[in-house]
Amino acid sequence: MNILKFLESLSNENMTKATASRRESFGQFGQIGKNLAFASIPFGLAALTSKSYANDIPVTPSDPVGALSLALTLEYLEKEFYETALSTLGLILPGRERNVFTQIAAHEADHVTFLTSGLQANGAPVPVKPTFDFTVDGAFDPFGDYQTFLQFAQAFEDTGVRAYKGQAGNLISTPDLLTYALQIHSVEARHASEVRRIRGLKGWISGDTSGLDPAFNASYAGEDNTNQAGFNASAQFGAAAGSESFDEPLTTAQAVAIANIFIV
Amino acid sequence: MIINPFKVYVMKNVVKIQEVDPHCNNRRNFLKISGMGVVGAGLLMAVGCNDDDDPIYTDNQYPGVRNGVFDLGGGDLGILSYAYALEQLEADFYTKVVNASQFNSAFSQEQRTVLTDLYNHEVIHREFFRAALTGALPSGATLLPDLAFDYGSLDFNDVTTVLGTAKALEDTGVAAYNGAGRYITNPDYLLLAGKIVSVEARHASAIRTLINFNSVDFAGDDVVDTTTGLDQARKPSQIISEVSSLHFIQTTFTAQFLQ
Repeated sequence: MNILKFLESLSNENMTKATASRRESFGQFGQIGKNLAFASIPFGLAALTSKSYANDIPVTPSDPVGALSLALTLEYLEKEFYETALSTLGLILPGRERNVFTQIAAHEADHVTFLTSGLQANGAPVPVKPTFDFTVDGAFDPFGDYQTFLQFAQAFEDTGVRAYKGQAGNLISTPDLLTYALQIHSVEARHASEVRRIRGLKGWISGDTSGLDPAFNASYAGEDNTNQAGFNASAQFGAAAGSESFDEPLTTAQAVAIANIFIV
Repeated sequence: MIINPFKVYVMKNVVKIQEVDPHCNNRRNFLKISGMGVVGAGLLMAVGCNDDDDPIYTDNQYPGVRNGVFDLGGGDLGILSYAYALEQLEADFYTKVVNASQFNSAFSQEQRTVLTDLYNHEVIHREFFRAALTGALPSGATLLPDLAFDYGSLDFNDVTTVLGTAKALEDTGVAAYNGAGRYITNPDYLLLAGKIVSVEARHASAIRTLINFNSVDFAGDDVVDTTTGLDQARKPSQIISEVSSLHFIQTTFTAQFLQ
């Protein structure tokens, strides 16, 4: 999927590093800018892409196999992202943070193995690992710029937490699988907290602010919710604390759309 | 109904009490726990000792007083009551942390920031469950009362002690919610539990890094399986046993309908 123009047009940081292709991007921006302003899907633009692309993964069914299939695709993405980063010379220098990402990468690899086994054990087809382009057609440089890498890592982990949460209901009929998914879900949350704190943020999501490049802002849309089943979570300590106290889910369609941004 | 002062509870998830005051003149009198002889876990007992409104429960598993002791109940309401009890503990603990006499001098700025956030979040979680349960409980079911806590000699001005206890509570919370999800039948409740458990995991991660910065303890091998990459998940009975062994909760209750 070529969403280069969309991403670039949303990214102030990238705008400051204009390249030859930039003018074309700005042209695109002018045409779709109004729509973009209302984009409310993580990573911004997935909502705008009504077109489907050959290698896009489909919206997974609302059942246990669908939930695990989506989970596996997201884990494929995270695993390859971290493995590529760790093997990129000079990106993550030896020290504490490299140890952190080595630990995270190991967990994502374990999750791929575990989910693959789980699907096989249930006689379900195992999705093939997609081909990923983490540069999003050259718009980003997560493996050449450490701060960009950290931003992606945060976005992937926070997105992973939201995506797993959104699948819980699809697993309610299979208690063992639900439990496994919950056990992965909380690991992603531990990761997210650590990566956010490495970036100098709180480990929890305050309001709907991402603390990231504006391109990612929409990824946190809805996280500012403070109405929990009618309970006003901001009553005690205000809206920020109220929103921090509850993480919000992503729908299957939202999670799939995010994954497809990086699938080519 | 009067509690037999020497009765040994043999129900699941119950610990026996000692020196129960059969007259129930003062609730605190019979909130003494014995950690001895506990089989299969248990928090304590006796939240109510009221002859008048101690209904005889038959086939429902509503939260409420049974045989003079509050039972968390079964089904979704039981799990919600169980979560409410755990959130009461967390909220009370952090309330005492942030109000400790030397909180502003003994703890670093970063530690205070994190602990204050955790205080806010856990109080919100507690109030959420109070409200959610109050709205969800049918006629004949009872809201878990406000529990009483006593931390004994725990020094709330000691950073190591406070962070270590926070770590235990947060990790326990993660394992509790992960293990309880399978017993929830209402998808709305399941989602709400999911919204909370990831925040508990974020807490655990942050506390663990505060304790041991130069480490990967945020998702350490002690809590995340090194083969499967799975976090902890434990049954309510196991969690109740662990929490009971801390002796922080003074109010007795049972969980005879939870796994």
